[in-house]
Amino acid sequence: MTDLSEDLPVGVERRSFDGEDRLATRGEPVYGEPTDEGWRCWDAGRSKLAAMVESGVDTGLAGGETVLYLGAASGTTVSHVADFAGPTYAVEFAPRPVRDLVGVAEDRRNLFPLLKDARKPDTYAHVVEAEVDAIVQDVATRGQARVAVENSRFLREDGRLLAAIKARSEDVTQDPENVFEEALADLRESYEVLETTRLEPYHDDHLGVVARPK
Amino acid sequence: MTEDPIRPEESAGWFEGVAPGDAEAGAARIREGRADAPDDWPERAVAAGFADDEDDYYATLREATLTAAREAAAERERATDQQLVHAVRAMDDASSEANELAERVAEWAGSRYPDAGTGVDYARELAARDPESPTDERLISLAERVADLADESDALREFIERETPEVAPNLAAMAGPVLAARLISLAGGLDSLAKMPSGTVQVLGAEDSLFAHLRGRAPSPKHGVIFTHEFVRGTHPDERGSAARTLAGKLTIAARVDHYSGERKPELDEELQRRMDQIRGRHDASEAESGGGA
Repeated sequence: MTDLSEDLPVGVERRSFDGEDRLATRGEPVYGEPTDEGWRCWDAGRSKLAAMVESGVDTGLAGGETVLYLGAASGTTVSHVADFAGPTYAVEFAPRPVRDLVGVAEDRRNLFPLLKDARKPDTYAHVVEAEVDAIVQDVATRGQARVAVENSRFLREDGRLLAAIKARSEDVTQDPENVFEEALADLRESYEVLETTRLEPYHDDHLGVVARPK
Repeated sequence: MTEDPIRPEESAGWFEGVAPGDAEAGAARIREGRADAPDDWPERAVAAGFADDEDDYYATLREATLTAAREAAAERERATDQQLVHAVRAMDDASSEANELAERVAEWAGSRYPDAGTGVDYARELAARDPESPTDERLISLAERVADLADESDALREFIERETPEVAPNLAAMAGPVLAARLISLAGGLDSLAKMPSGTVQVLGAEDSLFAHLRGRAPSPKHGVIFTHEFVRGTHPDERGSAARTLAGKLTIAARVDHYSGERKPELDEELQRRMDQIRGRHDASEAESGGGA
């Protein structure tokens, strides 16, 4: 984890916060996160994408990508993504968090908030451009794999899907492992799964998935 | 958001037909437009003369998405919880008017027919009859109003059952849609409910007894409208206070999650179920103990 040669995207660094080595991006603070000389701590406990990076997953992100972010919520994670990525489209369907997301976007030139349902990509295909480099997905609805499949139309040929699958959103009664297997089977309809990793200890019952379009 | 039956130009970008400086029109297209497939919109916008270059396009897109998201969020929030407040109050009004008029119908009918019944069901029955005299005509017409009001109340209930899970998914799952809507209505909105301490939520709807208690004339009420919840009503009276307190606590959390994040968290329901099993188990255990001693 302290390997300095690890492949972090340009714009993401390890910095020391309270004596601990943590991920950080450079931008306007958003939610009271610790900062250090303009760098904002990117907490793996709050962000599933940060947990994936922290777990050593090869996200394929280099910095400067065009990103479609599904399930942006209040903008906690997407604010960090917009710090190191290029044009970032942030889709969120619940109105209350969108209010906060707009606040986050006001401080960033490359973040475009969209109050849209990620299950209905045709309602934002007239806004989000084709051939994005990466889709980051963190939606907490049933049918998370479906959402990824439906949105694969936005991804370029060798682009990356970086998804956090939440077992409890699919079926609380089932064993998470079974839920993940079913989700992966659905994903394989239009993706080749490159890597999966459980996001514990940062997030319970979540599976991080890296995939590329088939 | 609106269901548009006509879908022209499904391959057009949001900026097409929008004047370059018109952020309002751009925002409207972002909110209402659609396309079957994405395209290289930045390039097409530049080619169409909508933007000077890619940077200019993104700057305009940013303005338009910010405006659209701000407006859409405000509209959806306004549209949702306040509409539920009106619907639940209208449902109660319609149903209490129906009952009141049904009493009038029953009283009138009793003076004319030996087999006259009472209540909304009887009014419905009467409404289906053919009048045989001018007096019947008035009485049956009045019975029809009762049936209509009762139907309206049922339709409002269906509307509430459908809409509440959209507005407050966790609260609706935990309390049931109608009780959830009542709590939102009593609080005056989801945001006010989310800001209430759980002790207040516990006695919402029991204001009369609460104020009697505060004036020192009565014991403190254990529950308000949440009494209609199975977890309170179905719990032994000895444990009802704790059941109501626990339920109110979890409902308060659900309302906060709904208001501040909007994300459905099924684990909240599980926690409530677990706590309720404990509380009921406690009573059963003490029953068993005293039973065993006898």
